[in-house]
This record gives sequence, C-alpha cells and structure tokens, in this order.
Amino acid sequence: MATLTVARLRKRFANVEVLKGIDLAAAHGEFVALVGPSGCGKSTLLAMIAGLESVSEGEIRIDGRLVNAVAPKDRDIAMVFQSYALYPTMTARQNMTFGMESRGVPRAEQEAAIKRVAALLQIEQLLHRKPGQLSGGQRQRVAMGRALVRDPKLFLFDEPLSNLDAKLRVDMRTEIKKLHHKVGKTTIYVTHDQIEAMTLATRIAVMHQGQLQQFDEPAVVYGQPANMFVAGFMGSPSMNFIPAALSEAEGVATVEMALFGGGVARLPLPFRPARAPAGNRVVLGVRPEHMFRYADDLKLRKPAIATFEAPVEVVEPTGAETIAVLKLGERDVTGRFDPDGAPRLGEHMKIGVDMANVCLFDPSDETLIPRAAN
Amino acid sequence: MTLIVKTLTAMEPETPGWRARLAAWTPFLVIAPSLIASFVYVFVFSGWTLYISLSDSSMLPSYRFVGIRPYIDLWSNLRWKIAYSNLFFFSGFYVVLAMLLGLALAIAIDQRVRGEAIWRTIFLYPLAVSFVVTGAVWRWIYSPDVGIEHFVRGFGWSDFTFRLTTDRNLAIYAIIATGVWQSSGFAMALFLAGLRSVDPDLVKAAQIDGASRFRIYAKIILPTIAPIFVAVAVVLLQFAIKTFDLVVALTNGGPGISTTFPANYVYDLMFQRGQINIGAAAAVMMLLALAVVLVPYSLWLVWRRRREGRAYG
Repeated sequence: MATLTVARLRKRFANVEVLKGIDLAAAHGEFVALVGPSGCGKSTLLAMIAGLESVSEGEIRIDGRLVNAVAPKDRDIAMVFQSYALYPTMTARQNMTFGMESRGVPRAEQEAAIKRVAALLQIEQLLHRKPGQLSGGQRQRVAMGRALVRDPKLFLFDEPLSNLDAKLRVDMRTEIKKLHHKVGKTTIYVTHDQIEAMTLATRIAVMHQGQLQQFDEPAVVYGQPANMFVAGFMGSPSMNFIPAALSEAEGVATVEMALFGGGVARLPLPFRPARAPAGNRVVLGVRPEHMFRYADDLKLRKPAIATFEAPVEVVEPTGAETIAVLKLGERDVTGRFDPDGAPRLGEHMKIGVDMANVCLFDPSDETLIPRAAN
Repeated sequence: MTLIVKTLTAMEPETPGWRARLAAWTPFLVIAPSLIASFVYVFVFSGWTLYISLSDSSMLPSYRFVGIRPYIDLWSNLRWKIAYSNLFFFSGFYVVLAMLLGLALAIAIDQRVRGEAIWRTIFLYPLAVSFVVTGAVWRWIYSPDVGIEHFVRGFGWSDFTFRLTTDRNLAIYAIIATGVWQSSGFAMALFLAGLRSVDPDLVKAAQIDGASRFRIYAKIILPTIAPIFVAVAVVLLQFAIKTFDLVVALTNGGPGISTTFPANYVYDLMFQRGQINIGAAAAVMMLLALAVVLVPYSLWLVWRRRREGRAYG
C-alpha cells in the first residue's frame, strides 16, 4: 500500500514543454486513470513516475518520499508496458524471476512468489513457454505476472490493452478490474480509451496539451466535466454543444436555442447557473443519451424534461440502441434512442431533453458554468 | 456485329488460359538465368574441380583417373600443412577478435555518444578499402624502414624494434591484426543494427526490474540478437577461408613460407607450377573447410525457421 503525490510537475524536451505543471495525488489502493488524446503527455508523466524520464521541475513523492532523483529500480514500482516488453529469449517463468534474481531474492522465495502469482493469473501451464509461443492475451497475463511477483508499492500500466483485439480487450479489462480488487495496489493506468478509464478507475485524470484538465471520480468527470474538452473527450458519441442564450422566464432560468428553419426553443432549467457569462451567451452541452422521443409519460419519470422539435437526418441502428442525427438550427446533434420507437428518417420528431443532466459552458473560455447551490 | 461477338466468345476460353500460364511461369523465367548461371558456376565447376583433383592433370587438364594420389601428394607437402594450419589459426583469432572488437565498438556507440554518425563512418571505412590496398598500406606500417619502427626511432628512441612481418613466428599476427582492423567495423555495423532493433521497452522493463547495465546486456540484449552473432561469425569465417589478396599484399606468404594460406597455395600450384591436380585437391580441401562452417549454419537456419513456424501467433 502506498500513496503517490505529483506536485507542479513540468517536463521540457529542449524548448518544448510537454508537461505544464501537473498536480496529482493517488491515495492508498486507488486506481487512477490518466486519459487523453495521443500527445497529451500522459505516457511521459507515467515514465517520469517510473523514473525512466527525468524531472525538469516539480516533485514526485511515493509514500511521502521524494523520488525525483531515485533510480527506477529503487522506487519500488512495477510496470506493464504497451508492447508487454517480455524478454524474448526467456520463458514466462524466467521473465517473472528475472527481477527477483537481479535483486538477489532467495530461490525458495522466488518459487513461492511464482506459485502465488501463477495461480492468481491462471498461467501455471504457460510458465515453460517463451513469449513467441504465447497469444496476445497470454503475453498480457505474463507481463502482469512479472509486475505482480515483485509485490511493489505502485503499479504502473502503459496502455496495456491497446495491442489486443476488441473482444479480448473487454475481457482483459474485466480481469484487470478483478485483479485490482484482489490485490488492492495503488495503480496508475495510462490509456487513450475513455471507456477503459471510466470502467476501471476510482479517479480519472483527463489530460490535454500537457495540462491536467480535470481530476475527479468517473461520475463527476462524465456528469460535470470541467470544460468543453473534457466533455467532448469523455463519452461516445460525444456530447452535443449547442450555442444558446440564457434568459429568465417567470423566475426560472431558461435556455433559448435556434431551431431548424427558424423559431426558438425555450428549455427551462431545473437549476440556477452560479454565474451569468458575458452577454448571457452559453453553450448548452447535451449528452446523446439524455434525448428521448417525447411521450406524455416521460414527464412523470423525468420531471425536468423540456421539449423541442427537429427533423431526423441520419439513422444508425447498432442493435442495442439507435443513433440518430437531428438538425437543430445550423448544426447537427446526435441522440441515442431506444430501438423501440426509434427515429425514422425524414421524420419531424418531438424530442424530450432531460435538463437535469445538461451542462452549461461559457463560450469565452469553454469552462463549465457550475450550478448554484440551492 | 454478331460475328465479332461470336469470335470473341470463341477466343475467350483460350486467351485467359494462355495469359494465366504465362503469369504462372513468369517468376521462373525471371530467376532462371541467374539460377542456371549459379548452377553452372557453383555445381558444375565444383564437380569438375573434384574430378580434376582425382586425375593426373599437370599443366593442362587431363581426365585420366588416378584416385586419391594428388591428395596424398598434397598432404605430404610441408608448405600445404603450414597453410592449412595457418588457416585455422588465423580464422579462429580473426573471427573472435573482429567480433569482440566490433561488439565493443557497437555497444560504445549505442550509448548515444555525440557525433555517432562520424564514429560509425570512421569504423566502417576500412571495409570500403579492398584487401589489396589494406595489405599494401599495412605493409608500410609494419616495415622497419618506413613504418612504426622508423617513426618511433625518429623521436630519438634509437633501439626501438617493431618487426612483426619479418619474424616467421610473428608474421601471422600481423595478418590477424590487419584483418581485424579491416573487418571489425563491418561486425560493428551489423551489431549496432541489431542493438538498435531491440525494443527499448525491454531495457526499461529490465531497469525497473533492477538489473545492472552489464546484466541488461548480458541477459537480455545480447541473447535477443544472438542470430546476428551467428550471421556475423559465418560471414567473417568465409572471409577468413578465402583470404588471399591480404596475404599477397602484406607478406606474400613470407617470411619463408610461414604465412602461406590455402588460397595462395592453390594459386601457386595451378598457375605457377603446373600441378593442376594437386591445386584442385587443395581447393577441394578449402571447400570442405567452408562446408564445415556453412552446412551446420544452413541446418541451423532451417531448424530455426521450422521452430518459428510452429510457434504460436
């Protein structure tokens, strides 16, 4: 069990600053996902935590100990690489004992550790094989086994699932979650896949252009994204951004937006925004799953429903749900609908929006306008 | 119109058949000339040499079979025995030293030294020089009159001696040193390419595993590039067995006969002394020496390919 603290961390390569002051903390046994598009600096951050990249400025502490200048082997960490980085000339067993041999762990202890980890990962029958004789998923397990035998303070994962095919990736995701549940190690997990981050992490750190955009629990990152980048990055299909105006009608804050072919829809909000942006211009953020085909009973289940009408442009059934693109004002919005009563192409549809779940952004700096406490 | 259509339909089954057959034969037609040439030059002439080595040819080829008598003559000749033992002595030292030096240079350059390209060029440059030129240049360097000895004495150390090529017991080392100078850059280039092909994540994983730099090279990087070691060794060995021009230019087999090599001996017998049959016998002995190296190597290659074919995904 261990904690990790990263404070005001900066990394420069020549004149390029790839990390611009990162603050991050992981508590005992926490699973932190670093997520962001490629080039956001998440892998560099992980390499710096591992000690494979030097620190330009700021500090990294593991269990309170400053490790800026500590060699990787002395940081008491274990890492699983994207390419697995299994030693190709060694068997799975030798791969797992290599670290212990380097540290002079007694043979009996090595045997016990191998036994424990092999049973945990169910790789007993693979121990005598070389990496070339293993399938992708098996290599993945051995790579995790190599990290686990060490019993480290900190577990680092660098996009461990991105080399697997889609189905195996989902299976291994579940395995990693189970594993973290069992061993309870503090884990830092780098991924570009927001679904992996959502499903695995206890907290998500969203990064973009070397800066931490938001660091919070998955539900908060998803429901109350700090800015439009986070809102657009998390969730697929991504959140719809609709330019709108904030007004007040009968003491209720209301969002006004242009409809296709003229006309204005007025959507009353069930909360009050904490501040009004300049000129009352806002960007309304609506996730696709918060749009429904309007029916009278919808209001009973979701009291904050507001309605507007829009023509259906594209319909994409995926089986479990139907994605539809609607025309709203000058732009397209995407909605996820139940296949029962799915939108039909060309239909002029009455949409119910659950206003309890929408977000308002300030168009000047793209940040979230928080809700006022009642 | 109908006529054209009919003609076309009549032709159809034939045309694609002819084309498909041509397409199927194209690869064979393309490689056939080189295949025939190498068959003639390698197998036919090897067979011819083998036959000549069992004949009583002298100045000109003769096809009278005399059994293994030329071989007996060959092996009763002291000069040939020296040449053959020189070959093994030279090959062993030359291959091992060139590989060690090449590996050391490659590892040194792999540490991301400044001006890497310049170092690489410097070390690889000797390979661009032909063995004759190398031999001639080093002959001057070793020569007491103009080389190192002369140079050092010029500083005032007047009884300094450095005479490798004039001592019958040391001359072979002069050849080894020159050969190593010429070839270690080649070994370095191949080793460096191998080192660079190693997944950098392996090194990172080993660092986290707590392995020392020496252990990372010894246990992970070098075993990973083991096939390159075999390839370099085989290439260098066949350089060694073919050694001819280097010796001609450097020592011309001397002093005396101390640095005679099989290739020099073959040349001598065939073109100077008119004993083609014994020369051919010596050539066959060289072929045997090459086969000792190359047959296990090709068997190893086949074995490795089979094993990889069986490997998972």
